[in-house]
Amino acid sequence: MIDTANRTLEAKLEGSTGEKVRHCYQCKKCSAGCPVAFAMDLLPHEVMKMVQYGQERRLLECSTIWLCSSCETCSTRCPNDIDIARVMDGLREMSLEAGLAAEREVRTFHRSFLNGIKLAGRTNESVLIGQYKALSHRLFDDLGLGAVMLLKGKIKLLPRMVKDRGSVRRIFKMTKKGS
Amino acid sequence: MSDLAFTYYPGCSQSGSAAEYGDSSEAVCRELGIDLVELTDWNCCGASSAHMTNDLLSVALPGRDLAAAKREGRDMLVVCAACYSRMKISQQRILSDEALARSVEDVVGEDPRFTGNIRHLLDVVVNDVGLADLKGRVKVGLDGFKAVPYYGCLLVRPPEVCFCDSVENPTELDRLLEAIGVKVRPWSFKTDCCGGSLALSRTDIVEKLVNKLFTRAEESGANCIVAACPMCVASLEMRQKPGTFSFKIPHQIPVLYFTELLALAMDLPDVEKWLKSHIIDAVPLLGTTSSIKT
Repeated sequence: MIDTANRTLEAKLEGSTGEKVRHCYQCKKCSAGCPVAFAMDLLPHEVMKMVQYGQERRLLECSTIWLCSSCETCSTRCPNDIDIARVMDGLREMSLEAGLAAEREVRTFHRSFLNGIKLAGRTNESVLIGQYKALSHRLFDDLGLGAVMLLKGKIKLLPRMVKDRGSVRRIFKMTKKGS
Repeated sequence: MSDLAFTYYPGCSQSGSAAEYGDSSEAVCRELGIDLVELTDWNCCGASSAHMTNDLLSVALPGRDLAAAKREGRDMLVVCAACYSRMKISQQRILSDEALARSVEDVVGEDPRFTGNIRHLLDVVVNDVGLADLKGRVKVGLDGFKAVPYYGCLLVRPPEVCFCDSVENPTELDRLLEAIGVKVRPWSFKTDCCGGSLALSRTDIVEKLVNKLFTRAEESGANCIVAACPMCVASLEMRQKPGTFSFKIPHQIPVLYFTELLALAMDLPDVEKWLKSHIIDAVPLLGTTSSIKT
């Protein structure tokens, strides 16, 4: 039963994001204005409450942190100045580190996106879409749309690159977790 | 006007899926006397994927660009709302947190403490060029365009770093469109999210979000949506047609960049080419224009 506040998780998040989730008094403005609330398994105000109660595992396993689109509507409306979107960022990072992350497709997209930057220094939609499709095993989704995009010149097949790719690789190497 | 000179950060989309935004932005800047010098060997800002999964990476990727901008000295101009947001947030965090600044300097190998202004093109056109100047340049009548201005998220939030006059009801894009003769329709969804970061992974969610935007735009009597962000335009255009199967009412409402309408109003070349490259055909709207006698 959840009946005691447990500051451990809240303190960890304050350390990584600077946000003070203990200030939340459950007005629910965040959940009322959230455009993605309809798809979430935990509403944003529930995430705040569960942080206060130290429900770490349930939070790191939930879909909500991956469905949050970082539109920051909640952050701008919070009467207690909690940057809720930033707290979601902090939870996502913890969830990845703990190996508990849900929503495989969303993670695969982020991984494909960052892999592309690591290789070329810039994002090339053709490389991104190809890699995402291969990694997510969703090769045949949006095939008609892909054809339209190609015809309209929206997909450029020649990748554009940063000249000094070593400096970009270095950024990835030095910011890699555990190094 | 020659005092408007910037280091230009084009952003990846503007030479890919949003080439018409990059090309029309550059054409409009040339016409308005805004000098752009491309940032040397710039890299991707990391967009949502970096800040959603790795905090230091999300500041260090823009950090490399900020270091280059510091070397080059001028203020920076950005056209993509997502790049703009990442550049501004990273700059603010680097300048206000010395420990973070040192980490980024270590990772990038160069001083990222760029203190110049980072501006979005919409901000520069409305506040530096000015709407009075713009009005005097209009050569083509656009009153057949009934537009809803769509700001999305990253032009307005967080308000501490963004330029817009109101976080819930910004008016810069409204005023700009009115100044060039576009009929602006009122609606309450100017700053609602399109779901951009989920565009490929959770298309079901994005379809719901954009369906709401199209329905509201149509209810307001608009025949087009005008935006200033390539992610917004991509989400709105890409999920409009495939969504036909899941939407109760099919939509067919073009989504344009504000720079395309600016170029059209000033009678610059290539506008038709840009409109043709949109997934939702915007060319029929060209039939509604009229020439203004001067």
